[in-house]
Amino acid sequence: MEIYAKGMSCEQLNEAVRRCTDKRIDIRACNGQRFIACAGAGRSINVYGVAGNGAGAYMESGELRVYGNAQDALADTMGGGEIYVFGGCGDAAGYAMRGGEVYVRDNAGYRAGVHMKAYDKQFPVLVVGGRAGCFLGEYLAGGIIAVLDLHNEAAPLGEEAARGMHGGRIYVRGEVGVPLPECTAARRAEAEDMRLLEPYLRKFCAAFGGDVNALLADKFTVITPAENARAKRLYVSN
Amino acid sequence: MEERFAEGNVRIPAGCAISGFIHRDGRLSDGGAIITSIATMRERSNGLGGGFAGYGIYPEYKDHYALHLFYADKVVKRECESFLEERFDIINLSKIPVRKTPGVVDAPLIWRYFVRALPTRLAESQLDEDEYVSRCTFDINTHMKGAYVFSCGKNMGAFKAVGYPEDVGEFYRLDEYKAYSWIAHGRYPTNTPGWWGGAHPFCLLDMAVVHNGEISSYDANRRNMEMFGYKCNLQTDTEVITYIFDYLVRKRGLTLKEACAVIAAPFWHKIERMPEEERARAEYLRRNFSGLLITGPFSVILGYKGGLLAINDRLKLRSMVVGEYKNTTYIASEECAIRAVAPVLDRLYAPEGGEAVIAEVMR
Repeated sequence: MEIYAKGMSCEQLNEAVRRCTDKRIDIRACNGQRFIACAGAGRSINVYGVAGNGAGAYMESGELRVYGNAQDALADTMGGGEIYVFGGCGDAAGYAMRGGEVYVRDNAGYRAGVHMKAYDKQFPVLVVGGRAGCFLGEYLAGGIIAVLDLHNEAAPLGEEAARGMHGGRIYVRGEVGVPLPECTAARRAEAEDMRLLEPYLRKFCAAFGGDVNALLADKFTVITPAENARAKRLYVSN
Repeated sequence: MEERFAEGNVRIPAGCAISGFIHRDGRLSDGGAIITSIATMRERSNGLGGGFAGYGIYPEYKDHYALHLFYADKVVKRECESFLEERFDIINLSKIPVRKTPGVVDAPLIWRYFVRALPTRLAESQLDEDEYVSRCTFDINTHMKGAYVFSCGKNMGAFKAVGYPEDVGEFYRLDEYKAYSWIAHGRYPTNTPGWWGGAHPFCLLDMAVVHNGEISSYDANRRNMEMFGYKCNLQTDTEVITYIFDYLVRKRGLTLKEACAVIAAPFWHKIERMPEEERARAEYLRRNFSGLLITGPFSVILGYKGGLLAINDRLKLRSMVVGEYKNTTYIASEECAIRAVAPVLDRLYAPEGGEAVIAEVMR
């Protein structure tokens, strides 16, 4: 089904999506309506325009594709499924994600991937094609964040990255370029590390283009919790 | 104030929307676009306040201060007008034209006066005219119960009310004003009940501020400003931001960028990493004006003669994006508010926390 969203309120749009029984929904002329695909399950939703705050929040499964930018709180507390943003996203993307995958072609705003967590088969992944703003991966507890810095606009990470990190991994293509907190350790990613990342880079390149082999051959830095991090094993067994 | 609005009787959750744009080529546009823009973020407001400011709207009186006033009744209006007549040469006065709008009710009396200071009174006061107008404004707002000056700049004006911003724009017939820059606010009050005077923008002389956030340093900032004669009458945090900018820029002669380095001062650990000269400057500003550091979340648009300034708190706890298309710069809480009036942009970016964005009319 196709929904022409111009002039629709977020309630009207989301009600139309809820009522629709189609597996695939195209939302045209979207401009800032909130909570698209919120708690969505098993469907493929394509958004043309600007996806408003909270797109893909609590998403369970299925796919959300945004052909444009996503605003703040993308994939908030997402549990599963896949999100592709053919543009950039605002602040606080992937906040408290506990599953699913988010691929952002361009830059992410402040506080991406704050307090993501993994458990059992739940494993959240956030891949940012451009650079990420300050406080990336704050209190990270599990899952993977990857910042590819493909556009070379500025340093790949903003200040205060990985503050309070006690689980999971942050991959950065090239050098981190900002001071990291004591609770973390950064080292060059080895073959084993790259094997973990590879499937997600493949999906990124399949969606947005780019040579995955060249990307895999690049130097990556991987940030993990430090061996002596005080919070390590306090909240999660990592 | 009505009992139902008394503190503790009403819980008001957080929000707020801001938007603004400036034609850097000095071109004028009516209030239609700014209403469309702010209306896009309706979810960020709750109908308890909306407001606008336009610059360049009174070219025929551009050398006069345009005083916009709310009056509770005719008695205080008479009192205030005699106060004004004693101090100002009033060359024009009228009701501000409004349109009946279902979304805006319980309007006070709303009047506008174009004035210059009476030369004898001005000479007697030994003040410059800006300071004279500013003191008269504080005098009315502090001592004259039921009268409130909500705008007092030259060739600019604020328009605000209780209601959703799009209704407020309709109410004030903003389609009939033409400005080179507009700012707007949709209010979702958190600390004080919404009333007409408490809506944004907050203005003093040519400056007008719209703000989304909640300043945790409000009392420290307020006490500091009171030492310099600024009376915060409304207990709302935005008011003090306006006065801080007025104090730092008009009275202390700081540039806007320097004022921003005071209110959103870099963290000490960042200052330590700066090159020598930059560090000395940052340290000077932080130490000398420590009482004017604003903490807590904020995104602010400041309108002033010939320009707009946008700034976030240094941790960027509120969203703000900037768009550029040809000679127009747009600023808004959300991208959709920009796209609603400028679907195609040359550039769209989110400024860093504490990064001042300044857009001015080209000379």
